[in-house]
Amino acid sequence: MKRFNFGYFLSEGFKSIFTHGLMSFAAVCMIVCCLLIMGSFSLVAVNLNNMLGDLERQNEFLAYIDETLSQEEAKALQPALEQIPNISEVRFVTREEAMEDFLEGKDHEAFQNLPPETLRHRFRIHVDNISLLRQTVKQVEEVTGIADTQAAYEIAQGFIVVRNIAGAVAIILVAILLLVSLFIITNTIKLATFNRREEIAIMKMCGATNGFVRWPFVFEGMLLGLTGAILAFFFQWGVYLLIGNAIDTSDTIQLITVIPFGKMALPVLGIFGATGLIIGMGGSVLAIRKFLQV
Amino acid sequence: MIRLTDIQKSYDNGTKALKGISMQINDGEFAFLVGPSGSGKSTIIKLITAEIAPSGGRLMVNGYNLNNIRPNQVPYMRRTLGVIFQDFRLIEKKTVYENLTFAMRVVGASPKEIRKRVPYVLELVGLGQKGDRRPDELSGGEQQRVAVARALVNNPSTIIADEPTGNLDPQRSLELMMLLEKINELGTTMLVVTHEKELVNRFPKRVVAIENGRIISDGMGGYYDNETI
Repeated sequence: MKRFNFGYFLSEGFKSIFTHGLMSFAAVCMIVCCLLIMGSFSLVAVNLNNMLGDLERQNEFLAYIDETLSQEEAKALQPALEQIPNISEVRFVTREEAMEDFLEGKDHEAFQNLPPETLRHRFRIHVDNISLLRQTVKQVEEVTGIADTQAAYEIAQGFIVVRNIAGAVAIILVAILLLVSLFIITNTIKLATFNRREEIAIMKMCGATNGFVRWPFVFEGMLLGLTGAILAFFFQWGVYLLIGNAIDTSDTIQLITVIPFGKMALPVLGIFGATGLIIGMGGSVLAIRKFLQV
Repeated sequence: MIRLTDIQKSYDNGTKALKGISMQINDGEFAFLVGPSGSGKSTIIKLITAEIAPSGGRLMVNGYNLNNIRPNQVPYMRRTLGVIFQDFRLIEKKTVYENLTFAMRVVGASPKEIRKRVPYVLELVGLGQKGDRRPDELSGGEQQRVAVARALVNNPSTIIADEPTGNLDPQRSLELMMLLEKINELGTTMLVVTHEKELVNRFPKRVVAIENGRIISDGMGGYYDNETI
């Protein structure tokens, strides 16, 4: 691309936005709406995933220690357990502490009058990735001094299923929304292009290559896409803060933890920008295709 | 040079627009293509500008074989042609100067080349003082001169004029034809499609007459006196 052509394409694309102001406004509004819907859904999915992650991390399994080991010998196993991959936290629980826990639990009557020696020392172990629970438990069992383990595989499996379904639904919905956005943008830009079909026909008759005709529209689409993305980002920020504040101040839904927007601002801006650019550019290329056949 | 050899064109609806047209227009020549509505004149123009492809025969335009031209070569073939339409086809929102600039821009001319060429061509067509006007501020004759200037601005070897006087009064038609003659004298090949008998007969040029998709006469001036045309 020649240097003066690049400047020409950019200035033509920029001018065209204002020449067809109403259509440009409609296209930007469409991009903002599509990105907002897509962004909102994705942020809900990210928060849901984060909450599932938190719940997963709270899921623990127990490793019982051989009764022949003293409390000190039992505690000495902790470094060996912490070396095992996928283990995030290991907490030693003496048999006395375990008994206190039982006595505070709902089945406390069953444990009354029992001496703590009835129970064994144990470790409460948390894992990073719940889907690897079975392998981690097996590795823990191989540690000398570990007599037995107790893990809730069904709950772990439940988390995995919920996370997989949530992930699949998010991907499918985002993909559908992206396609719908592309379709709407294509049609909006097609309407703008339709107004200029005579101009395109003249360009082609003068000997313009398809690339030369296409570039100003591509730049226009990119500029519209970027404008829409930046506007959508700020709207998204506002909406997220509003909902986040409402959740934080609510008495009934305090169980839900919301990720601060600041932590996600850069990725959201990046994804919005890239999506806006791709939708704008792709929409322009698709819209103009028909008019190039002169 | 434009050479049509046994050119045939059938449309999808079964209409046979051209039934074996053979003719050659040499470099620097001035030729009229005449015939009644539906005779196939517009089809010939569309074939020469590669808007449509022939169904049969061989078609050469300024060194390009249009029978098997690659799509990416079509723009370069079109740069050897300047096309003038009956309805001018100017961009209304651009000034006269910008309409010409636009035509040069699309073939990748640099700003320096444009600044040099556009004023020259505007002077040539007698619109040197009207570069800043918009098409709707000009008369029909002046608008067609702008169209001529646009066809000329990229210095094509051939100009194709499709009914260029169709929207002009007799005096403006004559002036335009004299302008085209002047351009031809400067070396540009000229193919003018028209059905204005009196105008054609005022110029001692080659006249190719077609009817029902066939050439019925081809010769120098005065051949266009058939009342059926």
